[in-house]
Amino acid sequence: MSGTLKVTDVNKSFGGLKALSEVNLNIESGTVHAIIGPNGAGKSTLLNVLIGKLEPDTGTVMFNDISLLGMTPHEINQVGVSRVFQTPEIFGEMTLLENVTIPCYAKRDGSFKINPWPRVDEDEDVQSKAMALLEDVGLADKKDVIANSLSRGDKRRLELAMCLVQEPELLLLDEPTAGMSRADTNNTIELLKKISARGLTMVVIEHDMHVVFSLAEKSTVLAQGTPIVEGKPDEIKGDPKVQEAYLGGAHL
Amino acid sequence: MSTATAAPVSKAIPQVGEPKATSKGDLMTLAIFIAVVLTAPIWAIPIGAGYPDLLQKFAIFGVFAIGFNILFGLTGYLSFGHAAFLGGGSYIAVWSFKLLGMNILPAVLFGTLFGGLFALAIGFVALRRSGIYFSILTLAFAQMSYNLAYSVLTPVTNGETGLRVLRDDPRIFDDKSGGYDGTLIGNLFGLEMTGYTAFYFCASVLIIAFYISQRIFRSPFGLMLRAIKNNQTRMKFTGLNTRPYALTAFVISGMYAGLAGSLMAVTDPLAGAERMQWTASGEVVLMTILGGTGTLLGPILGAVSIKYFENIFSAYNKSQLLDTFSFLPDSIAEPLVSVLGLFVGEGWHLTLGVLFMLIVIYLPGGLMEGARRVSAMLRKRKAEKTDASSGQTTPAE
Ligand SMILES: Nc1ncnc2c1ncn2[C@@H]1O[C@H](COP(=O)(O)OP(=O)(O)OP(=O)(O)O)[C@@H](O)[C@H]1O
Ligand SMILES: [Mg+2]
Repeated sequence: MSGTLKVTDVNKSFGGLKALSEVNLNIESGTVHAIIGPNGAGKSTLLNVLIGKLEPDTGTVMFNDISLLGMTPHEINQVGVSRVFQTPEIFGEMTLLENVTIPCYAKRDGSFKINPWPRVDEDEDVQSKAMALLEDVGLADKKDVIANSLSRGDKRRLELAMCLVQEPELLLLDEPTAGMSRADTNNTIELLKKISARGLTMVVIEHDMHVVFSLAEKSTVLAQGTPIVEGKPDEIKGDPKVQEAYLGGAHL
Repeated sequence: MSTATAAPVSKAIPQVGEPKATSKGDLMTLAIFIAVVLTAPIWAIPIGAGYPDLLQKFAIFGVFAIGFNILFGLTGYLSFGHAAFLGGGSYIAVWSFKLLGMNILPAVLFGTLFGGLFALAIGFVALRRSGIYFSILTLAFAQMSYNLAYSVLTPVTNGETGLRVLRDDPRIFDDKSGGYDGTLIGNLFGLEMTGYTAFYFCASVLIIAFYISQRIFRSPFGLMLRAIKNNQTRMKFTGLNTRPYALTAFVISGMYAGLAGSLMAVTDPLAGAERMQWTASGEVVLMTILGGTGTLLGPILGAVSIKYFENIFSAYNKSQLLDTFSFLPDSIAEPLVSVLGLFVGEGWHLTLGVLFMLIVIYLPGGLMEGARRVSAMLRKRKAEKTDASSGQTTPAE
């Protein structure tokens, strides 16, 4: 099975704060799985554990049949896990085209290769692949723009394109539509649907229920570091435990 | 496709003020660069720099700065210890003269290699940290090397006196037959490295060094180095291992420094510990920033400017100043000279400091940014002129 993720008994504390406690999660191949929960529930922390940015105190994380624990971020990425961050992580001082070119080389040449002689701008394969990806996310006409000058929504789309270059088996998205207008959000939903149709597995963290309902086949509600409910989005909607986790304030 | 949004286009890419980064543009730059370097003995005469000693200094420090820029300009790692590789290269070159003979080829080769190996050792440790901690680690290593060269390693470096080639050194490949024991001047298969011969050798090395740096800038490897400067987090989560990339850049710039150091010994076969001192490390930082960090030509421009002004300002002394201002009454000339005197001769570093401050404050992109601004202004003026003239012709129709 490709693109499966199995998280067992993961715990993580920051000093006295228990950010994750007894997290068990089973994500099936080719599905879109949403993780929702109030602010500070530990959603981003969970992603940080998955991609090797944080080491959990206990527990295991299995991707396909590989344990991700103890692997460095670039190794985890090279086995097929990519992530879009809550605050976009892009190469801010470079052009959009350069931004997507870099993952093209990472995919082709691996995590390290000294390749100091050929010209990047004359590498037809890489250039056309990079352009195709920019077109996929609708940024082709801005290829020579410096990434830092993009709007937040565009930055996230760029980051998404950079992740897609690598054809990951598992794509982790931390609030992909935060800060986007309604129209941009809908565009992104369409884009993510198209991507998910390619058969990769996606884990989406979202506050926007509209996005969750449109995309996810399954969702897990996280509260104070523990998964409290798991099921289809419309099943969990009316669950009293979920209402309580959101302190009764928010409407799902 | 039409661009609806007027977003700023490619303003911040490192090649500011330089021709467009296409292979044609780069070839053009290279051709102009070669022409300018090879004709230096001619155009340097009117500006008072037309003698080989100074010109070869330009070339050698140009090499040093190009290499430094590959590290600092591309990856953003600011090393304060590159003098260690420069000095190391000099020592090795002199040892090559002493043991193998006065042929400069092995001297340059071993000097460069040593710079790389030394950088590998220091970079391996220093690159565990970034930012200011990295800078301080490199500074500490270089000062350690300086102190070792100055005292503990005296048998190898000849300490305070400096290392030089002696008549009774082995020089095994030198022709010492027939009572003649060879000169102690570096040579390239018999061609002695003096005067303009030495300059043209250094100039050739500079041209090759520039070409290599140009290739690196445009290559996938160069792209990765710029990615390090931009966002290491994104790089790691893109499956790239950042450390070996940074280390390779560090080693390459160490080789450039070792090469520059060996060229110093080629043109004057001796080596001293002062080449390893932190002031020498600081100088290459100034050159790079002054010229334009991350640009291809900037560091060379910075190196030439600093060496040129050093030559002018440090040659002045008080009595010359007094002569210059002799037209003023003594009561004005004397205090004026005593103030200006602080900035010349030994005090030239004061001038350099002021110059550096002005550049960093008003032209943070260095001289290359100045060049870009001027050329943008000229282009704008030209465009306005053609606008105006076409505006006049239209009503005639
Ligand atoms: N590196 C860290 N050191 C200390 N505390 C942390 C760290 N990272 C997260 N936390 C804490 O852990 C808790 C969970 O944070 P996390 O960012 O995972 O929440 P989240 O569910 O992603 O919230 P949001 O919806 O606001 O993004 C918070 O209380 C946060 O302050
Ligand atoms: Mg979060």
